[in-house]
Amino acid sequence: MLQDILVTGLVNGGVYALLAIGFSLIFGVARIVNIAHTAFYMLAAYCFYTLLTRFNVGFTLAGVMAVAAVTLLSLLCYRLVIEPVREHESAVLIATIALGLIFQELMLYSYGGHFLGVPSTIDGVVRVLGVSIPYQRLLILVVAAIMLLATWMFLYHTRIGLAIRATANDLEVANLMGMNVHRVAMVTVGFSVGLAAIAGVVATPVTSVHPHMWLDPLVTMLAIVVLGGLGSLKGSVLGALIIAYVEAITVFTLPEGAHLKGVAALGIMVAVLLARPEGLFGVAFEEER
Amino acid sequence: MYLLRRAWSEIRNEVLVLPSRTLVLLWAAGLLLLPLVYDDAYVLRILTMTCLFAIFAASWDLLAGYTGQVNFGHALFFGAGAYGSALASLKLGVSPWFTVWLGAALAALFGYLSGFLCLRLRGSYLSLATLAFPLIGLGLLFAFPDFSGGELGVSGLQRMITGPTANYYVACVSMLVVVFGLWALADSRFGIVLHAIRDDEVAARASGINTPRYKLAVFTLSAAAAGFSGALLAHYLRVAGPSTLEVALSFQVVIWGIFGGVATIYGPVVAVFILYPLTEWLGSFKQFGELRLLIFAVIVLLVLLFMPRGLTPWVRDKMETQCPRCKQRNSFFKKICRLCGAPLQSKVTRAERLVGHQ
Repeated sequence: MLQDILVTGLVNGGVYALLAIGFSLIFGVARIVNIAHTAFYMLAAYCFYTLLTRFNVGFTLAGVMAVAAVTLLSLLCYRLVIEPVREHESAVLIATIALGLIFQELMLYSYGGHFLGVPSTIDGVVRVLGVSIPYQRLLILVVAAIMLLATWMFLYHTRIGLAIRATANDLEVANLMGMNVHRVAMVTVGFSVGLAAIAGVVATPVTSVHPHMWLDPLVTMLAIVVLGGLGSLKGSVLGALIIAYVEAITVFTLPEGAHLKGVAALGIMVAVLLARPEGLFGVAFEEER
Repeated sequence: MYLLRRAWSEIRNEVLVLPSRTLVLLWAAGLLLLPLVYDDAYVLRILTMTCLFAIFAASWDLLAGYTGQVNFGHALFFGAGAYGSALASLKLGVSPWFTVWLGAALAALFGYLSGFLCLRLRGSYLSLATLAFPLIGLGLLFAFPDFSGGELGVSGLQRMITGPTANYYVACVSMLVVVFGLWALADSRFGIVLHAIRDDEVAARASGINTPRYKLAVFTLSAAAAGFSGALLAHYLRVAGPSTLEVALSFQVVIWGIFGGVATIYGPVVAVFILYPLTEWLGSFKQFGELRLLIFAVIVLLVLLFMPRGLTPWVRDKMETQCPRCKQRNSFFKKICRLCGAPLQSKVTRAERLVGHQ
């Protein structure tokens, strides 16, 4: 059981980290609470499913095309829907909620509400320390690790990454220093949604595809981000691992675990917030004023 | 006779002078008189639900719009009211007229608790943390199905009163009382303090306002109103199900509130009265049935692109102008202010403005 907990926690933690980092980046750079973030994850899953089962393209090609399509769609949505109302925080908020609902309903309309299954990308299992790990889960883990590394490289070793961090730190000063804040925000949105889309593509074979699949990860992702501190990447990764392990432990040890896993995860979040209102690695509020 | 004349002059001088107030009066009178002229059961059912959700939306606005505690988990209070009242009336066998208040009290307790947990949180942290509360409740409900009925909820409740018209009046009168109560409260000194807390909490504290106490009071009050509407809805539908705690309901109230315009109380009510019957009406068409949530979301999105501050502030600015001198509101066709006689210069053409400048 211990090995099960270890592996499940690590795999789920990888997926959650991909989602949470993207959300955190968008919040940090553009100050957008992007409720539709996991809706893009759902769209990528649907896209992947369609390309695989209806058009019979290969796994790799389908994955790449799904990620590219969803990223482009997110840029389009940002341009058409979010940017015109950027100054009004509350309008942005419900614009993203409405976007999420629109995607959900579109998928419900065109695919129906059934649970769709995607075949495993790679079959077979590997035995490590007495637990059998399907290759699919291993793939999730590897992709998540690579993407986390790539994000780190992107943010800390490129010029645009520097611009993103500068904008997240202080928008006005970054603008005065000649950074095109709008373009930085666009790049951030595209990159973050790309991460979510990758998470959607690699995770679909182990979960199922349905129009409401974005709500559960949404709540978990928000809990992670709040736990780790809004806008903090370190916090997002650590928070993802904490929440994933808490969920895994609840599911494997408690009798009604499947129902209580959300309760346990959100309870941990509330407990952390009581002790540290700005999350584990968040900026203290007074500095932000 | 004197009282009648007094009332008439009050109405003429205070209400009929402003188009927005006239509209509110017409709306309230229309709601109260509607069943006398048109008592189709289906229409009354939709309006009853609309009234109950209007209480819910208005209570969210007091908390989120006025105090700035943008609550993403307002469904917690709705669900607490519904389940509290349902369980009390079913297990104790008390009349729903009594248990509705128990439900509201339970919701108020939850409101106090979540307010206490949220005292140190601000902005987006508060929104995202409150989103978790109803989901914790939902998880607990599913984990103990013997007590809560699990997926099916608590069903077989008594109605408050029999007959569609009577039920409509219960909902409508409670809605008018609660909404006007909240409005009066938000317009009072208490409401001004809430504005101050939203705009700058540190400055409010520096001015000697005990902000934690005010925030707790608002959380409790808003939760009580939301729980009241939840309890009424549970008894109207005769079931309190897990859908009263869902994320979708929490998001729904956020959409209503922002669509109507926050920090107005009447804004969310207007939004509910437009959006809820609209979605039901769209759902009644066969070809639209599956698309109604989609159409709902698209309408909200389009309206927001053109009126980012919400629907009612936009309409109000079209209908009324503010006097530049005494800051009182005047209807759009007035040339001079109705109270201080200052000219209202909102309709000055460009050329005149240039001349005036020289």
